[in-house]
Amino acid sequence: MNLIQKGIAGTLESSDILVIINPQAGGGVQLSLQSKVEKQFGATIRRVIVEKLEALGVTDVVVDVKDQGALDCVIAARVQAAVYRAAGVDKVNYEVLS
Amino acid sequence: MKLRRSMMFVPGDNAGMLSNSYIYLPDSVMFDLEDAVSIAEKDTARLLVYNTLKAKIYGDIETVVRINGVDTPFWEADLEMAVRGGAEVIRLPKTENVNEVKELEIKIGKIEKECGREFGSTKIITAIESASGVVNAVEIAACSSRMVAIALAGFDYLVDMQTERSSGTEPELFFARATVLHAARAAKIDAFDVAYGNVNDEEGFMREVNIAKNLGFNGKSLIHPRQIELLHKAYKPTQPELDHAKKVIEAAKTAEEKGLGVVSLNGKMIDPPVIQAAQRVILLADYS
Repeated sequence: MNLIQKGIAGTLESSDILVIINPQAGGGVQLSLQSKVEKQFGATIRRVIVEKLEALGVTDVVVDVKDQGALDCVIAARVQAAVYRAAGVDKVNYEVLS
Repeated sequence: MKLRRSMMFVPGDNAGMLSNSYIYLPDSVMFDLEDAVSIAEKDTARLLVYNTLKAKIYGDIETVVRINGVDTPFWEADLEMAVRGGAEVIRLPKTENVNEVKELEIKIGKIEKECGREFGSTKIITAIESASGVVNAVEIAACSSRMVAIALAGFDYLVDMQTERSSGTEPELFFARATVLHAARAAKIDAFDVAYGNVNDEEGFMREVNIAKNLGFNGKSLIHPRQIELLHKAYKPTQPELDHAKKVIEAAKTAEEKGLGVVSLNGKMIDPPVIQAAQRVILLADYS
């Protein structure tokens, strides 16, 4: 998916996660994570984010994430929403969301 | 037989509530994409609900998605998400006539085929929220094999009727309640009574629950988790009711084993409707 602008999704409320995505030319995925449960779940949160980016074909991006204890399904939803907003695409392709 | 006493509203854009609401054990949970979600967050709400459905964290609780009305630019995207996500039921708001349900039905079937979901597995609940909807309720309730329930929504209906909610026996809702309920019963589907908006008024809530229960509604739409337990307690059968239901089932079973066509208990004939009512009492007791 071709990203053309900054994409933001989520909130700083409990059980949610704020995902800010900025496209970059080259450089792969640069992920910055702040989480109150980073020690226990930081690796899992990172894995979910990277998996969802890969599924959407996003390869070069700066991702800034502030987690408030979100479940995996919420993390996935916020990453997907931020990507679609960054791509300026309204119609979701559910076949690739997995 | 599926119990539908409580259908709890959960805003589709609220990550916390989507993540946790299963702990309150409603019979059905309704993820709302309509009134609870601002236009700016319709896109993110769809993805939150989709991933929540896919995660299957609600277990045996029936999952319902309230899409936006067919007169909005949002309903088709809502429906695409809900059917592909695996929602068991689509709740169509502000239903006024059969044509809207038919349009919804055709679209659901198309999405089911596209995504490989079993044809017919997505059910429909229509919400009646206007005078036109009430007048057409009998036809609406019976117009689709996907229909499992019909719900009355009080707020918009009372605005349409140019009146407002009173207390006591709520005469302003009587015709709509009676009509929607008869429509449901004639179509052999379930019926939900209106939501009660004042979550701090337990007395008022219970008054309304008793009106709905005594009329014959299966349950109510709910806007707060604390209303679930109160509602389920109200629908819990008494011990004498449960004892009688068990005797009916036992007598029916004995009659079947003996090959008897007709059976009586304490001098009263037990026929299929009596047996069905007894099964419902036992089910309510099991889940209370």
